[in-house]
Amino acid sequence: MKKVAGYPDSLTDKQFHYCPGCTHGIIHRLVAEVIDELDLKEKTIGVAPVGCSVLAYEYFDVDMHEASHGRAPAVATGIKRVHPDKFVFTYQGDGDLASIGTAEIVHAANRGELISTVFVNNAIYGMTGGQMAPTSLEGQRTTTSPFGRDVKEAGFPIKMSEMLTELDGSAYIARVSVHDPKHIRKAKKAIKKSFEIQLEGKGFSLVEVLSTCPTNWGMKPLDAIEWLKNNMIKTYPLGDLKTPEGVE
Amino acid sequence: MGKKTLMKGNEAIAEAAIRAGCRYFFGYPITPQSELPAYLARKFPEVGGTFLQAESEVAASNMVYGAAGAGARVLTSSSSPGISLKAEGISYIAGAELPAVIINIMRGGPGLGTIQPSQADYFQATKGMAHGDFYLTVLAPSSVQEAVDLTMDAFDIADKYRNPVLIVGDGIIGQMMEPVEFKDPIDPDDLPKKEWATDGAKGRERNIINSLALDPHDLEDHNLKLKAKYDRMKEEEVRYEELYTEDADIIIVAYGTTARIATSAIEMARKDGYKVGLIRPITLFPFPSDIINETADRVENFLTVEMSLGQMVEDVKLAVSGKKPVHFYGRTGGVVPSPEEIVEEIEKIGGER
Repeated sequence: MKKVAGYPDSLTDKQFHYCPGCTHGIIHRLVAEVIDELDLKEKTIGVAPVGCSVLAYEYFDVDMHEASHGRAPAVATGIKRVHPDKFVFTYQGDGDLASIGTAEIVHAANRGELISTVFVNNAIYGMTGGQMAPTSLEGQRTTTSPFGRDVKEAGFPIKMSEMLTELDGSAYIARVSVHDPKHIRKAKKAIKKSFEIQLEGKGFSLVEVLSTCPTNWGMKPLDAIEWLKNNMIKTYPLGDLKTPEGVE
Repeated sequence: MGKKTLMKGNEAIAEAAIRAGCRYFFGYPITPQSELPAYLARKFPEVGGTFLQAESEVAASNMVYGAAGAGARVLTSSSSPGISLKAEGISYIAGAELPAVIINIMRGGPGLGTIQPSQADYFQATKGMAHGDFYLTVLAPSSVQEAVDLTMDAFDIADKYRNPVLIVGDGIIGQMMEPVEFKDPIDPDDLPKKEWATDGAKGRERNIINSLALDPHDLEDHNLKLKAKYDRMKEEEVRYEELYTEDADIIIVAYGTTARIATSAIEMARKDGYKVGLIRPITLFPFPSDIINETADRVENFLTVEMSLGQMVEDVKLAVSGKKPVHFYGRTGGVVPSPEEIVEEIEKIGGER
């Protein structure tokens, strides 16, 4: 009999601390399932960020290294250079990757560092209490943009994935969402492709995953899903943004 | 032991790192340490090493954090303003109990300061590198040969304590050429395996490199564990050199290049009848407090000489504990004191002869 679903080996049995309706849990599961499917559990080193997923090292049942805010790509670079035969991924939020860690992600991508990044974008700082992120949408109300993000004052929603496609070292860049089962399946496919890109030595790979934050958006979980679908995707269009030649 | 080679300090330190089995370097250019990374960029390919010029010192120190966690002997080097930027990674390395070696070829500060030699990073090195309750082991060579020997020892000390080791040299140590002799190289493959490192959890429980402990009691326990290591360093790692101390009634306390200048001053003053001796701390942390305290029982005065406005002098005063006066002479901002200036200070303390 073929097993079609189950709890991934690469997740510990520790209960997630994430808020109800937050999609980090789904994304963790997808990452763990891909690690299992590619048989990477015993050769993976994951790098956890600072932000809501700061405790990711408690959930992924693989070797983990907890980085400082924004520096996960630098930490991952150090690890990968020491263990080029191992699989190294970073798991980062948008405050981490798109604000304080812009230099680290840009240069890791530009070096074609053989690491894979899972970039969870929920357009807000969650852990610290709902502050405006560089990814917050125009007009989005947060604790530090209480009247809505004014792009004249606070700049525009930053499109990290599009920026990273311009670098010669990046091989695969995709943006996905996890707001419904169909998109969750697509997200997993993209994560798998990005991990395979690393294993094949093709270059840096990143999957941006649009994610919800009902708590700090001030919405019920279902409303947050709707808001993601109706607002975020307009600013952050989905799809493979960069794919190496010869890769489906 | 091999033959003597004439080498610049920065390059000699780099060669010593290779011989210590270090195969990973992450850094960012800054004067006056640039010859060090350039040497490794040239030599590492011969030994299968990895040289990476990072996008910033912040990134470099975090690459060191990653490589150290992955179990490698790893080095970074910089100079004062760059060390300030590396402080973030260094705090995490100390918190996560990882071995790493950091070189600071100090220049004048604060701010952008100057590229001339300085010892104004003593406070930073020994007390205030970054946030949190931690110390680095701090080694202060006063010659190129000693810089070589301490660099090789630094990797062993870092592994022994799982703690970052900082070597502070001023711009003179980095830039001057002296004859040096190297010990036989260590093959990194011969080093003991680090069972705690992240290298893929094959056939074992997973390893986690981390400095987060949300429960304050857990963090307190962790910090007490760190303190036990620092206490052990104080028992086992204190290093210093004594010169002319047997008959001295004035003791100069100085480290690094300043100690060499002070030695010249002591020899000049002794010709004039001043009984002056030198205690040269080689480890700035742990600080050689005991020998200074014991010496205070039999001498009349201490004179601390530094290329700063007076930083180590605070530790000297703590060590002397009020037993005898502690005087200070310093030049700052990249100005190097001359032996004559130090002799004048000796004369002020010792009176006319």
